[in-house]
Amino acid sequence: MTNTEPNNTQQAESSANRSLPIVENFTRRAVVKGGFATLGAAAFVAAVSPLRQAAKSTTAVEFMQQHYTELSPEQKADVIARLEAETKEKYGADVTIADDRPIPGTKFVYAINLSVCNGNGKCVEACHKENNHDRSTNQSYIRVIEMPKGTMDMEKGSTTYSGIVPKDDKFYLPVQCQQCDEPPCVEVCPVKATWKEEDGIVVVDYNWCIGCRYCEAACPYHARRFNWKQPEVPSEELNPDQSYLSNRVRPVGVVEKCTYCLHRTRRGKLPACLEACPTGARVFGNILDKNSNIRWILENKRVYILKEELGTKPAFFYYFD
Amino acid sequence: MSSIHVKQTAITSYPKFIGRALWLATEGSFAFYAWMTVLTAVFLVGANAWANQVAGGMITTNMTDHVSWGLYIANFTFCVGLAAGGVMMVIPAYLYDDEEMHKVVIIGEAVAIAAIVMCTLSVVVDLGRPDRFWHLIPGIGKFNWPMSMLTWDVIVLNGYLLINLHVVGYLLYMRYLGRKPNGWWYLPFVFLSIFWAISIHTVTAFLYCGLGGRPFWNSALLAPRFLASAFVSGPAFIILVMRVLRVTTGYTAPASPARTLIQIIRVAMTINLLMLVSEIFTVLYTGSAHAAPLNYLFFGDHGKNGLVPWIWTAIGMNIVGTALFFTPAALERSHIRILACLLVIIGIWIEKGMGLIVPGFIPSTLHEIVEYAPSLLEWKVVAGIWGLGLIILTLSLKLIVNVFTGRMHTDEPTT
Ligand code: SF4
Ligand code: SF4
Repeated sequence: MTNTEPNNTQQAESSANRSLPIVENFTRRAVVKGGFATLGAAAFVAAVSPLRQAAKSTTAVEFMQQHYTELSPEQKADVIARLEAETKEKYGADVTIADDRPIPGTKFVYAINLSVCNGNGKCVEACHKENNHDRSTNQSYIRVIEMPKGTMDMEKGSTTYSGIVPKDDKFYLPVQCQQCDEPPCVEVCPVKATWKEEDGIVVVDYNWCIGCRYCEAACPYHARRFNWKQPEVPSEELNPDQSYLSNRVRPVGVVEKCTYCLHRTRRGKLPACLEACPTGARVFGNILDKNSNIRWILENKRVYILKEELGTKPAFFYYFD
Repeated sequence: MSSIHVKQTAITSYPKFIGRALWLATEGSFAFYAWMTVLTAVFLVGANAWANQVAGGMITTNMTDHVSWGLYIANFTFCVGLAAGGVMMVIPAYLYDDEEMHKVVIIGEAVAIAAIVMCTLSVVVDLGRPDRFWHLIPGIGKFNWPMSMLTWDVIVLNGYLLINLHVVGYLLYMRYLGRKPNGWWYLPFVFLSIFWAISIHTVTAFLYCGLGGRPFWNSALLAPRFLASAFVSGPAFIILVMRVLRVTTGYTAPASPARTLIQIIRVAMTINLLMLVSEIFTVLYTGSAHAAPLNYLFFGDHGKNGLVPWIWTAIGMNIVGTALFFTPAALERSHIRILACLLVIIGIWIEKGMGLIVPGFIPSTLHEIVEYAPSLLEWKVVAGIWGLGLIILTLSLKLIVNVFTGRMHTDEPTT
């Protein structure tokens, strides 16, 4: 009723000149309707005025940016320079954003020894810092479930446990993205904003995701997080060592997830959660490397995967000694 | 003007038809203007709330990483049902080949059009980055078709909108010209729309039931239950609309279509309730892990029972509404019928909205129980969507009435 009216007023007027029976009433009505339409349009503009605030933080270049896989090297360099400048402006920190690509002949796999893990939660904390998570929501990609011994039923577990760990009658089950080989999250994404790379890591293009959260509904491991607000990180706490597809500061309104710290692991380092673990429960490596530790574990321990029945084929294993 | 060729007339007079239609559809009594003003105000409140959500981030909603879809997607789901149900009207009309039924069919299609607009908006307001909406447009964006069910939904919903716009536009235009509609121009589309109505529903159900990690949705019963409830909410909504039209404009349809509709509702609602009973039985009797969300929904879990009042209200309304539909009075133009319609519409809005979406997330995939209740902002946005939907519906109904009562007809000689 609001914006279309000026148009039809004109149209109607032109037909009124010809043969409408209510012609004497016409001009007055047109004026009244026009008045209402203008009023409505003005009210609409006022109602959506907060959008102008949001529009300010999105530049035209950013709006037009293509999908990560379609950017030329020069375009990528431009995008990265822009993102670095934005981080400086908004967070007051000098950061470098690299574009780490998979190393040929690598397939990353993670394993956790549940007999050793004592639920101290250092991995959760390390992830929080390493990946520049929002401070106020205390976000992290890892959740640790405290489970009563003698069951594998997560329904009996708790993620909000407290007190001194480990408790005698409990064991601890850390869960993060399982980098599935048949990832339902990738399948459901309507715009291909998330995909699996050659080294097995499932990544998100934060500049392409539309924030529909379909992947969040599809993931069976609660591995995805949505940026409900612009992340807040004090400049001195910001990890400056960043990568485009991993721990750079995420924009508001998009989904993110664990990337096996690809900004570290693709440079030959270990994931932050592994380095932080005081018990040595975590083992990470390239499954294609015959001499790797992880390969030995998968071959010699009785390992299992979470929710095997769903057919997601995780690249994340659990075992007991 | 009269010397112009017939062919040219069709091209120039259709836009003129639309222009006049809009002009006349915004003419009306004081009550009409008051109604439209209220709707516009509600719409503006919603638009403002949404703008604030975009500016402040979706933290302004009560959704979380645990319950990552809420009222918006719930409303979307219900509106899909409404849209599909609107066209259910079409089936008896063409089955019995009743000319008079066109008067009702076209109302059903108008409801479908408004409902589809509401569907689209409900999804758009749920996006974290509405500015990137263009990524979803095939050709310029990156359309993950056929893998993603959401892309299927985009296709079928838009297709459905176009089909219905065509059928409604064509039938009205012919009436306006005073010609008899040519079956070839609309009958194939009408049948297509019946098939399509079922497909929008099925695809939307697949959206949820294809997710293996969500036992509550991952059930073969979801799609059929979905359809059954659409066969209730759609016809019930149309009966209400017809009543409003009769009271306000004197536009009446024969009594037989409404009776057919009531029969449809009786059967569909009974099936729906039966499936509900079988679902509840499964929880109570086996108590398997898959029953956790159902348990939460119907009885609460670990002292958390946010949805319990919702669902029992819905069940109560549905049972009473169904019982009323089975009374003889429901076959007449009675208050009972209206009450029954209202009860099942609200009942299904809850059951197929909040009652379907939220338990999919509770408990979460790691069996955490985080509850959800919509924030005030979310309510405003959804109200705004309904405001706009009702504006569209009101205008198209006025147009339909104008054409069918002969208030609006061509002033050119028909050929
Ligand atoms: S764990 Fe979840 S987010 Fe990670 S790859 Fe599997 S489905 Fe995707
Ligand atoms: S939230 Fe982003 S990554 Fe997830 S499905 Fe939607 S567009 Fe894809």
